[in-house]
Amino acid sequence: MEKVIVAMQDPDMGMKMRNQRLLITVIPHAMTGHDIITWLIQKYCISEEEALHLGNLLVKYGYIYPLKEPRSLVLRRDESPYRFQTPYFWTSTQWPATELDYAIYLAKKNIRKQGELMEYEKERYSLLHKRINHTWDFVVMQAREQLRASKQRRKADRIVLECQEQAYWLINRPAIEACQRALGRNRVKSSNCLEGFLKHSEQYQNHDPIMQGCLPSNPWISDDAAHWTMNADVVPVPTRLRVERWSFSFMELLSDTMGRKEFMTYLEKEFSAENLCFWQACEEIRHGENSRISEKVNEIYKNFLAPGAARWVNIDSKTMYKTLEGIKRPHRFVMDDAQMHIYFLMKKDSYPRYLKSDLYKNMLAKAIVPQETKKSVFPFMRRQRHSSPSPAQLL
Amino acid sequence: MQDPLPPPSSSSSASPACDVITSAVHSASCLSAVDRRRTNTYTHTHTHIHTHIYLYMRPPPGAMATQELQINESLAHLKTESESLKTKLEEERAKLHDVELHQVAEKVEGLGQFVMKTRRTLKGHGNKVLCMDWCKDKRRIVSSSQDGKVIVWDAFTTNKEHAVTMPCTWVMACAYAPSGCAVACGGLDNKCSVYPLSLDKNENLAAKKKSVAMHTNYLSACSFTNSDMQILTSSGDGTCALWDVESGQLLQSFHGHAADVLCLDLAPSETGNTFVSGGCDKKANVWDMRSGQCIQSFETHESDINSVRYYPSGDAFASGSDDATCRLYDLRADREVAIYSKESIIFGVSSVDFSLSGRLLFGGYNDYTINVWDVLKGTRVSILFGHENRVSTLRVSPDGTAFCTGSWDHTLRVSSSFSFSLFSVISLSPEVLLTHCVFFFFFFLQIWA
Repeated sequence: MEKVIVAMQDPDMGMKMRNQRLLITVIPHAMTGHDIITWLIQKYCISEEEALHLGNLLVKYGYIYPLKEPRSLVLRRDESPYRFQTPYFWTSTQWPATELDYAIYLAKKNIRKQGELMEYEKERYSLLHKRINHTWDFVVMQAREQLRASKQRRKADRIVLECQEQAYWLINRPAIEACQRALGRNRVKSSNCLEGFLKHSEQYQNHDPIMQGCLPSNPWISDDAAHWTMNADVVPVPTRLRVERWSFSFMELLSDTMGRKEFMTYLEKEFSAENLCFWQACEEIRHGENSRISEKVNEIYKNFLAPGAARWVNIDSKTMYKTLEGIKRPHRFVMDDAQMHIYFLMKKDSYPRYLKSDLYKNMLAKAIVPQETKKSVFPFMRRQRHSSPSPAQLL
Repeated sequence: MQDPLPPPSSSSSASPACDVITSAVHSASCLSAVDRRRTNTYTHTHTHIHTHIYLYMRPPPGAMATQELQINESLAHLKTESESLKTKLEEERAKLHDVELHQVAEKVEGLGQFVMKTRRTLKGHGNKVLCMDWCKDKRRIVSSSQDGKVIVWDAFTTNKEHAVTMPCTWVMACAYAPSGCAVACGGLDNKCSVYPLSLDKNENLAAKKKSVAMHTNYLSACSFTNSDMQILTSSGDGTCALWDVESGQLLQSFHGHAADVLCLDLAPSETGNTFVSGGCDKKANVWDMRSGQCIQSFETHESDINSVRYYPSGDAFASGSDDATCRLYDLRADREVAIYSKESIIFGVSSVDFSLSGRLLFGGYNDYTINVWDVLKGTRVSILFGHENRVSTLRVSPDGTAFCTGSWDHTLRVSSSFSFSLFSVISLSPEVLLTHCVFFFFFFLQIWA
């Protein structure tokens, strides 16, 4: 967005700024809404509707602010005057609208128009007063300083500065849009959601070591790390509980290294292993280094998406088109749609068949159920382990 | 804010009585320290505004009065619109709420009383322990404290494996990388730094440090996403941010909290794209990591939210706050569904975590205790004493075998349930049972004698 603004302000090719009249005050370096739209249409060869939309966005994000009705962040196609926001106030400079600054702004308003703060501003003011009480002197001092400095400035500047500040605070106030969005959301009935918690707790109850204990024994209680060695990432024979967990959800299967390997073996038998490979490659893009994104995207295209690729994945034409378009400008999430499609394909189709397959059933039968180690020492006798209280060695 | 605290220093902590009285230590003390720095920079930036304005000089007739009137009217209009929207939202949420969680849970068996016992005590920090995290190997932990030290322990053997001294005090956030090869930490230095852990004990870890995140206020929490390459941070400046570790680049920032953000947690969902954050503005927000938008917001707590944690299935999350309650929020029903509180508990919750099945909710409190709640029924099933100062951090191990708590008493404790049940006695072999009975007999004989 800033490129557009900078282009607009270019003295040669940019907008022609004139002195606009705001009621009686003449504001320098302002432009009319109409001019903005015309300029946008000319420069970017877009339609009037698009120019209006773009202009509106510029105003909404605070790069241009209206002088006539500073509260209404809308671009009007008429003679109403607008001005460029100083780069200081640009949202992209990420100058955070801290409480302190807001407090100073409110204090200034309070001092200037003795008690003219709106109700909600009064609330905020007292809230802030409570919160940052210890720096309140600083706040009031700053407010007074700013007011004194502004009194010395001329009227036009003051209007401009006020409008700037107001526009800025408007953007940073908690958005009404968020509330409206929340209203439009689909909600699920409580009874359905809460049943979900019951089911989850029941399903995982036997797998919860703190509640049910674990086999052969909880390492922290028995000082025996056998439980961890038996459940390591790669073991010749997994435990029964672990294999059972693979049937709880597709995510459980994929997040277990061994589970994923088994599933891959199954898919190879079904000649659909490229789906899982594709999914894994997409995960690497999403969570990998920024610098290697385009390189990885190209690899994926070559191996999975190009026509006639060695391991071509079957995605619907719409998603394929969208992904291929996105590949021209690769970014971290360019593969998201395709990845989702393949994930749900595997979840709905291959995963249930895997759970019914012989491969899984054999694994379940082979799986070991460790013996619970008999407690050889009376529990009260076992001493607690303490670390040496010596301070850590500096490295 | 209550009584102001003395500025943080690396000397020993104030008396326990003082510590009990004060609350929300993060915001209070850090803000005062940080603000002293900000006063210097503020005047500098303010003159910056002035120079910009002076570029546009014009003669001044007055027309401000009418303008102000217009502005005030539209402000009032906006305010009423905002209020009415909020009430409408609450009504919509309440419409679909046909049953309470404890009602649905009536058919589930009660849990009975659990006995929790400390299994390991880790001593070595010179000052208050502020944060800790588990490694994916289920036995190592990293912890950070007020004196600037970050220590990596093998909690099973209680050995210290690595130690780093940060250049700042109050290291309020630390996290273990999923690969186990690095740790991230930060605090009052407003930065998040990543230290790769080397096997060579003689190597100077501090030399390899990589500065990743830059905030304009203290770092309150950090977490690696599914890989070592990205870090999510939350800060006292009211924002959360996602960073690329390799380049230190900001990938996405999340604005929406009106005050310090104190905690965050990543969702364990299939799509893995959301996280929840809680802040001093009493709000818990759910964010979309891709777009930076706040998807859902919950504001039912009465005070700062100190800790948020997702339910294992990802459909809900729990939060702990200074108002001495923990609450459960369901994301699909879009509302709070349970409150875990007791009249006898008046001190704030500093951290919460679920057991592996999600049936138990552990809460570390500022009254030095750990309370364990039955998530479904809403009752307390256990209370654990042992710490000599407030519990500042609590995490359940990745495989759910134990939970670790860090406290202002300079120690960390790893605890688990004490499973000496009648059933286990019966399952003991006869000779072991006999020796136990004999032992008991002689034990009581000694007392009586």
